[in-house]
This record gives sequence, C-alpha cells and structure tokens, in this order.
Amino acid sequence: MTILKPLLGWEGFLLAVLIAIIAANAALSPQFLTLSNQINLFQLSIEKIIVALVMTFVIINAEIDLSVASMMGLSACAFGWFFQQGVDPVAAIGLCLLIGVAGGAFNGWFIARVGLPSLVVTLATLIGFRGLARVLVEDRGVSGFPQWFGDLGQKGLIGPVPFALIAFAVLFVALFVLLQRTGFGRKTYVIGTNRDVADYAGIDTGRHKMIIFMMSGLVSAFAGLLFAARVGAVRGDVAQGFELDVITMVLLGGVSIFGGAGSLMGTLLAILIVLNLRNGMALVNITGHIQTGVVGLLLIGSVLVPRINLSALRRRPQKEAT
Amino acid sequence: MLDRLSPQNLRILALFVVLGLVLAFFATQVDNYFNARLFNRISASVAIMALIATAQTLVILTRNIDLSIGSVVGFTAFATGAMVAANPGISPLLLVAYAMAVGAGFGVVNGLLVAYARVPAIIVTLATMAIFRSLLVEFADGKSITSQKLPAWLTDYPNTVLFSLAGVEFRAAFMTSVVVVALVHLALTRLRPARKLYAVGSNPEAAEMAGINQRAVVFTAFVLAGALAGLGGFMFLARFGNITVVAGLGFELKSVAAAVVGGVNIFGGSGTVAGALIGAILVDLIDTSLVRWPLVSEFWREAVLGALILTAVAVDAILMRRLIAWRLRREKARNAARAAAEAQA
Repeated sequence: MTILKPLLGWEGFLLAVLIAIIAANAALSPQFLTLSNQINLFQLSIEKIIVALVMTFVIINAEIDLSVASMMGLSACAFGWFFQQGVDPVAAIGLCLLIGVAGGAFNGWFIARVGLPSLVVTLATLIGFRGLARVLVEDRGVSGFPQWFGDLGQKGLIGPVPFALIAFAVLFVALFVLLQRTGFGRKTYVIGTNRDVADYAGIDTGRHKMIIFMMSGLVSAFAGLLFAARVGAVRGDVAQGFELDVITMVLLGGVSIFGGAGSLMGTLLAILIVLNLRNGMALVNITGHIQTGVVGLLLIGSVLVPRINLSALRRRPQKEAT
Repeated sequence: MLDRLSPQNLRILALFVVLGLVLAFFATQVDNYFNARLFNRISASVAIMALIATAQTLVILTRNIDLSIGSVVGFTAFATGAMVAANPGISPLLLVAYAMAVGAGFGVVNGLLVAYARVPAIIVTLATMAIFRSLLVEFADGKSITSQKLPAWLTDYPNTVLFSLAGVEFRAAFMTSVVVVALVHLALTRLRPARKLYAVGSNPEAAEMAGINQRAVVFTAFVLAGALAGLGGFMFLARFGNITVVAGLGFELKSVAAAVVGGVNIFGGSGTVAGALIGAILVDLIDTSLVRWPLVSEFWREAVLGALILTAVAVDAILMRRLIAWRLRREKARNAARAAAEAQA
C-alpha cells in the first residue's frame, strides 16, 4: 500500500480537478448533464481516447509512438480504397486491422531489433504512414459507405450508447486487467523502469516491445475505422495531428515520460478531465485553438504542482535537523 | 581516411555523397532537371527550414526537444507583420531584432520550465506548442496579415539577387540563412562556451562535475533556439507575405526530421549544425524532385520521405556501430603488434 500511496494521491488530485470542472460546467449550462450531451462529449473525441489507452502501455514501457494518428488515417483511407475496389466491407475491416498490426510490427522491428530510438522511428512513420494514406486516396474523398457501417459509427447500439463508446469501455477493462493484473503488465513496468535490468532478469524485452507496438498499431487502425464510420467519409488528412492530443492525455494522467510509472486509471481520469474541460469551454463559446492552449496549461501545471509540494516536504525535515 | 576522420565529419561527407547521388538520380529521370528554378525553389524553402533545423539542433544537443518551434515561427511571423504594418517606416534591422526578441521571449518560457522547474522538455514544449498557438489566435483576433500591408523592401527581400554564379541566382534570404548557420556551426565547433552544449548533452552529471552550470546551458539553448525560430518567423513573413493563425504548423516535426537526417543524435551530445543544414536541403530536394518525377504520382512524396528518414537513421546507426567496432579491432591489433615488437627487442 505504501507504494500505491503517491499514486492514490495523484489520482485523488485528478479526481478533484474533474469534479470541479463538472460542477462548473453543470452550473454554466443546464444542457451539460443531459445524457445526450454526455454521450456527445465522448463521441467527439472517441478515437483519441481509445488510442490514449494503448499509448499508456507504450509510454510506461519508456517508448513513444508518434505514428498513431497517421495509422488512423492510413487505416481509414485503406478502408475507403478497399471499398472503392469493391472489397466486401467486412473483409475490408479485417484487412485494415491487419495493416495496423503490420505497421506496428514495422515500428517495433526498427525499435526493438535494430535498436533505433522510438521517437525517430515513429516520427518517420508518422510521415510515411500518412504518405501511404495519401497514395491510396490521393486528393479525393471517399464516402457512400454501407448503411450499417455508418449506423455503427453514428447511432446508438444499446439504447443511445453507440458502438464506439462500448468498445472504449470494453477495451479499458481488458487493458486495465492486462496492465494491472497480469505478468505482461508487470513486465511493461519493469522494462520501462530499466530495460537492462529487465534483460538480465531474463525478460525478452525486444519481443515485449514488438507486442506493444503491434497493439498500438492495431488499436490505432481500429480507431481509424471508427472515425470513418462516425464521419461517413475519409480523406488523406483524417485524424491529422491527433497524436499530440493523445500523448497530452496520457501524460496528464500522470504517466511518466521516462517510463515505469503511471496507471490506466490516471489516463482515464485525464481523458475525462480533457473531455469535460473542452466541452465546458465549447458551451461558453471558447474555440478550438484556445481550448488546446488551456489543456496545455493544465499539462504543465499537472507536472509543476506536485513537484512544488514535494520540494516543500523535503525541505522541512532538513530545517528540523539543524 | 576511415580511421582518421571524426564520425561527425564522416557523416557530413556521407551526406554530401547522398546529396550528389540524389541529384544524379533525378537528373537521369527528369528532363531538364538542373535549371535555375530547381535551385531557387529549394533555396527559398531552405532559407526558413535551415534556421529552424539549426534551432532544433541546439536544443537536441542538450538532450532536450522543442516541439513549440512551429508555434514560435507562426507567432513571430504574425507579430512581426503586425509590427511593420503599424510602423511602415521601421528600420529593417530593428524589425529583425524585434522578431528575434519575440522568439527569444518564448524560448525563455520554455527554458525556465525545462532547466529550472525541471519539467521534461517533451512535456513543456508539447504544452507550449498549444499555448503559444492559442496566444497567436488571441493576438490575431480573427484577422490575418496580407502582403499589401507590408512594405516593399520586406516582400522584395527574399527575391533580391545578391550575386549569380553560372546562371544560378543566390538570393538574399537564402544567403542570410547560410551565413547564420555557418556562424552557429563555427561557434559550436570552435568556441569553448558553445562546447558546453555537447558536454551537457553527452553526460549531464559529468558536465556538472566539470563545473558546467547545466541549467544555465539548457536555458541558453532554449533561448537561442527561440531567437533563431524568431528569425525563421521573419523569413516566413518575408517569403509568404500572407500570414494566418496556422503559420508554421507542423514545423516542429519537420525540423526534428531535418536534424535527424543530418546525423544529430536524438539523445543529445552529438551532431552538427552543418549536418542539420544538409539534412534540411536533402529533405527539401527530395520533396521538390518527386513532384517532377513522372514515374510516380506526387502523392508518393510523404511516403518516400518517411522511408528516407528511417533509412538514413538506420544506416547511420548500423554503420557507426561497425565503424567503432572496426576501429577498436584495429587498435587492438596495433597494440598487440607493438607489444610483440617490444618483446622481441
């Protein structure tokens, strides 16, 4: 429990921030707490928050994946291309998910086997995957997908709750169990804390990293398909720039950029904070760029504030000693 | 030669070879490839990118990264445009100083947070990328800068031909950039204070033990990078004239790409500004040439660029490992031979 205490403290802090934001929003607008607004709030960023779950694994493992948004774009455009070629949509979905796994394996191979830094490899594939997406659809837009595909993205599946939100919930539970309750999850932390030690402890760290990047590719491809279903059309610039929003959410959730620390619960709370904050700002007519700026301030604050507390705590016993 | 040249110089040599190969390749593929327009187009774009890649290199050398650089370029381009539109009579030098000061101001914010508040650079600059951009949106207040509002000397500046060599025109903006980059390169290789960037990037603890004020060095790197990005913003304004709130979007990753292709180690401590310049030229050359290559559609540009970056880094890493292993073996053999000779004597 003593190890968990600082974590509980951090999550407690996030929870307090979240409650404050929700209270402020509810006071600002009577529309805020309605079910349709709450679902809408998730729907608008559903692809980002799904990818944030798997990004948590990547960053805890002391790596980074900048290529997620380009993979979302590639998968969405590949779906559009397959659709145009007359491939059965269900088969096309399977192929797109395969592209995700393959792209992730490509990243993983250069990172785990060649030993290149993930920042550089995924920066290159950020450009490269996006490039492939553009090759597939060029400067056209593809739309006219089957009715059921669009419904899956836009309409409620269980009552008013859409498929994507259910997928998010299921994925969260599954990944939570994987990270917090299994050996695979523990290995993710150990490798993130110190890869050399993990190697000496007999963990196949290369294989582990490969799997994590393949997971990242798969989930990103899935999120890209959700985007195609929700918007009903794909273009070469689908999801462009999403990677930074995703990474911001994960870091705000208290996941250490140096790896080895953080939790999916933190990421979930950060997701809720960002979504509610953006929704609240939209309710009072604050536009996109400013919203992103406020989230940026929150990100710096979230790292600075606990640090100030810690240094104050550290100083006190020294004074008593002298 | 292989055992004498430093890895830095070897890399620059290799980059020149690659540059030559790319030129030779496209010359066989594209009719009338070598014309004045090719040089002009690339030099106009490199004039901006070289400054930004240099700024990014300074920060990366100290084991940090600056993702806010695109927003700084956008803000300074807009603010400088607004300044000159309000005071058309302002002296050019003062305007450049203003651009660099605004950029340096943003660098101070980043530097304070990274060096003194000890927040990781990737977090700080990810956040300030968004914050500086939203400041620009506030500052712009829905307006944009148009080239009609700018004085003629400013919009003429990038196209002023300083001198021409065998039909190739060397224009003012490009030459300014090259001179600035050359000065930074000379400083980084010859000046003792500038070498501290490498010391801190190679091993922060060792640098601290050697009496280097690590925080001050990191702080300075961010401020200088901000000032260079500000100069980049000035160039951006001069070249495009029309500035909106999305100016400079995506420059942060382009600058990292140019630096990395140019052999700058993303973990700090090694790399040169000259390499980053050639990296910027190489990226731009391929970008421009692919458009004119009839064999592939222009939509392949980004895919090829991604592959190029990955190949450059992978080949660099593998060759460097081999080179180091080869030099070690050679040295061992030489020592063994010397020991044997001494034993005989």
